Amino acid sequence: MASPDRLSVVLRAMADTRSDGPVSLVDRVCLAAVELLSLQGAGVSLIVEGQLRGTAGVSEAGITAIQELQFTLGEGPCVEAWASAQPVLEPDLDDRGATRWPAFARAALEAGVRAMFAFPLRIGAIRIGVLVLYRDRPGALDGEDLAFGLLLADVATQVILGLQAGAPAERLHDLLAREPAHWAEIHQATGMVALQLGVPLDEAFVRLRAYAFASDRPLREVAREVVARRLRLEEAR
Amino acid sequence: MTREDRIVEAFVELASAMVEQFDPVEFLQGLAERCVELLDCAEVGVLLADTAGALRVMASSSERTEALEILQTQSEEGPCFESFHRAQQVFSEDLAADQGRWPTFAPAAVEKGFRSVYAVPMRVRMQALGAMNFFRAEPGRIAEGDLPLGQGLADIAAVALVQERAGKESRGAVEQLQHALTSRVVIEQAKGMVAEQAGIDVDAAFVRLRLHAREHNRRLSEVAHDVVDGRLDARALAESRAGTSNR
Repeated sequence: MASPDRLSVVLRAMADTRSDGPVSLVDRVCLAAVELLSLQGAGVSLIVEGQLRGTAGVSEAGITAIQELQFTLGEGPCVEAWASAQPVLEPDLDDRGATRWPAFARAALEAGVRAMFAFPLRIGAIRIGVLVLYRDRPGALDGEDLAFGLLLADVATQVILGLQAGAPAERLHDLLAREPAHWAEIHQATGMVALQLGVPLDEAFVRLRAYAFASDRPLREVAREVVARRLRLEEAR
Repeated sequence: MTREDRIVEAFVELASAMVEQFDPVEFLQGLAERCVELLDCAEVGVLLADTAGALRVMASSSERTEALEILQTQSEEGPCFESFHRAQQVFSEDLAADQGRWPTFAPAAVEKGFRSVYAVPMRVRMQALGAMNFFRAEPGRIAEGDLPLGQGLADIAAVALVQERAGKESRGAVEQLQHALTSRVVIEQAKGMVAEQAGIDVDAAFVRLRLHAREHNRRLSEVAHDVVDGRLDARALAESRAGTSNR
């Protein structure tokens, strides 16, 4: 259980955070995490049935890409924390992490990430997403840090549900829907590929992802090519 | 399996109950059975307060009606009743000598063969949700260390219950969030499918989807769902644009 002390520390950090651009409440949770746990960055992904459905908040814009990459590759602490509904703590991506998630660990190390800690956003048995903490140096979270990580995930959960409660029916709250432009293109391309290959949408997404990975290009770039009709994924089996 | 292994297993079971399909009655039943295995007692009962604050029997280690009857006598007195209301541990090491303390409960328990009883509150923070009863056939003190262990199990169970209740209350909000998250993805996918089917760009595809929704007085997300589920195709959308009704 959260001690009232820690909660007030988190709330104060959220109130005190400074950032150049406009920040949402969920961004503030991420910024507070960075401040309190001396992180490189933090991000909150929204997930429905194992599919990444949005990035609710980040401590800085660059985090979005590395959160998404885990779903592009289908591996990484964020994906695993969602699937297991348990925190996934990886103190060294260059060591054990590299064997757990070879493709993702390589990319994360290139981006300067050394340790990652992922906490599912849970309310009882229900999960809505994952909070991921990034560090540029190896090392485990100590007990106090861990308690803060769990609490930050709880705070993020409540903030997200609180925001969404104020949204118009059927619509996602504006502050929870702030993806970069390529977000829509990836899903549009998925729809096109489903028809091009005659496969269900989830398989179409996997194929799009596989194509990007095999050709060593970012998913967003491949998606843009598909939407612009410069690329078709034809049946090539 | 050693006793330590069984204790660890019991805690893991309680903790994992929080993330799987959670049935409170089954969960508490399992807890009661575990306690009888692990602790120095003959029977275990779990009572939870209902919304009106009255204690109800939720689980018992045995289906023996006499054990249940004794548990039920505690709606207004008895160790569970006191433990719940004071959020503290309550015990009697000799029920035969404590008849005056609980005039209904104590004689009934003695008659059924129980000579001592312990009750521990199921607490989250300082608030009790209910209490657990450990019945023993002999008078005297429960084995060293068993009371803290019983309290630990009760506290973890209380956390699981609170999480489950919070989950139930938030379920509507979560469903609404997930619906909104899914809908906006489905709309983009539908744009892509219509664009591909009709050989138009995604912006034009969006115009068609919106127009169809408006003409048929339906939500955009519904129309998009129909497209991705194959119930509506681009040709139908094109016809709708020409003003003919379809579907």
